[in-house]
Amino acid sequence: MVLSALAALVWAPLWLLLSGSLMGAEEAARSLGPVLGTAEGAAVWPLLPLYPTLGPWVELLLDSPAFFAMFWNSCGQVFPVVAGQVLLGAPAAWALARFRFRGRRLVYTLYVLLMLLPFQVTMVSSYLVLDTLGLTNTVWAIILPGAASTFPVFLMVRFFAAIPAALTEAAALDGAGPLQTFLHVGLPLGAPGILSAVVLGFLEYWNALEQPLAFLKDKALWPLSLYLPAVTAENAGRTLAASAAALIPPLLIFLFGQKYLEAGIAASGLKD
Amino acid sequence: MRHKTGTPPAERPPRLPPETDGAAPWLFLLPSLTAVSVLVLLPFLDAVRRSFLSAAGGRFVGLDNYRAVLENQAFRLAAWNTLRFTAVCIPLLLAFSLLLALLVGAVRERRGIFKTSFLLPMAIPVASIVLLWKAVFHENGLFNSLLRLIGLPEQNWLDSGWTFGVLVFTYLWKNAGYDMVLWLSGLSGIPPALYESAALDGAGAAQRFFRITLPGLRPTLFTAAVLSLLNSFKVFREAYLIAGGYPHRSIYMLQHLFNNWFLQLDTDKLCAGAVLLALAAAGAAALLQGLLGRGDRP
Repeated sequence: MVLSALAALVWAPLWLLLSGSLMGAEEAARSLGPVLGTAEGAAVWPLLPLYPTLGPWVELLLDSPAFFAMFWNSCGQVFPVVAGQVLLGAPAAWALARFRFRGRRLVYTLYVLLMLLPFQVTMVSSYLVLDTLGLTNTVWAIILPGAASTFPVFLMVRFFAAIPAALTEAAALDGAGPLQTFLHVGLPLGAPGILSAVVLGFLEYWNALEQPLAFLKDKALWPLSLYLPAVTAENAGRTLAASAAALIPPLLIFLFGQKYLEAGIAASGLKD
Repeated sequence: MRHKTGTPPAERPPRLPPETDGAAPWLFLLPSLTAVSVLVLLPFLDAVRRSFLSAAGGRFVGLDNYRAVLENQAFRLAAWNTLRFTAVCIPLLLAFSLLLALLVGAVRERRGIFKTSFLLPMAIPVASIVLLWKAVFHENGLFNSLLRLIGLPEQNWLDSGWTFGVLVFTYLWKNAGYDMVLWLSGLSGIPPALYESAALDGAGAAQRFFRITLPGLRPTLFTAAVLSLLNSFKVFREAYLIAGGYPHRSIYMLQHLFNNWFLQLDTDKLCAGAVLLALAAAGAAALLQGLLGRGDRP
């Protein structure tokens, strides 16, 4: 009972967003006017729109080049970040999980400490490093630091370490070198860990706000997470549709990847 | 590659397992380590260095920046707010998510639906909820209408001391699912045999909870607390999008202050403040380790 009530509290915002996005522009302006400073009285948010219409969606999809640009900006930043995290992180995690070498402990501890640093700590210096490399105000200022994030490495180490040693030893006996063992044993068996990192990374970077705010001066490069707040009564209907549209990619990733999301969270909590 | 010592193999028994795996691990690590060094480690060390230099001219000024930061009123307010937010939110989140995990763990059917429900807010982008939050918590918003209906006093939730409460709620809403999954995985690590033998000994439900469940969750508590601390800094996104760069003073946090210093190019203060924040975060993690980590090794 308690659980159902709490669960309803979680689903309510989602429902309101979707139903809100079907309100016509007029209804949206009337309902939300009071909170946007254009009308007196109290705001209302109908559970179902009085006059449901696809109007805002049509307007958003056919007549909002700014929305599209930012939607693609988001995609163009998030997918490379996540791909980079896997390309850089998976081999590194494999090394940390499966090899013995001097400095292993040190590198791992360093990665964990860097993972815990809030973004704001290195904001200025990151800016200066990126500026030296000529990358500020380009998408690479978001992609490269994102790809170098150490959290996915931390996560994947836990999954790679759980692969039974017998399998890698068998591969070595069959004459596989370290690279072949990684590609043919590590990657397939560690795939759930990689997918966990992908799902968590996607949800994280779809929400990226601090980095674009600090590193991208040119608003034409801004991702969707910075587009939505500029809302007025006139565009309330369209903003609602945009809010709902921004929700779709992470929601799809969530629904298809929930298993990996849970596995990833659980792995992040394991003790060493 | 084996570790090479100068001695001929016949004189010594083969060493098993080998001490190191030679160069291979470094080749695997190289791309990541290069990127991390240039893009994360180097900026951090540079921030430490700059915290001892003057912003203009880069003279060495010792601890002057730190003194200036600690005497700065805005920094004191922001540091206090951040500390207060962390101190309120993290225990609240840990307790609430543990309750969720225990409840969800107790239901047999439809457990999946509840897990999905509580994880769902992780997938809802910050930007999507901005307008909704405004509609709910604005002076003329839905929440006040509800309060009026049941006869409670209305508040301006987005621009008063209550804003702090709204932010706490948002943080709980967003992170409860994550911590719930951590707790669930911790709970599944407690051997059921412990409960069975306790039940045979006649221990009641409360006793089993305090004697078995809580001690068994101790390692989880540590990692959950550290990860919640990590995630608590990200509440800036919600705060910024809803209330802008200069929100009500009850939620003006270090992240706001640093962002504003960044825009004003106050790099000396920013770096000193950032080092203090990093030290505080490391100190908090070490403190948690000291308080909770000992349960790891009986």
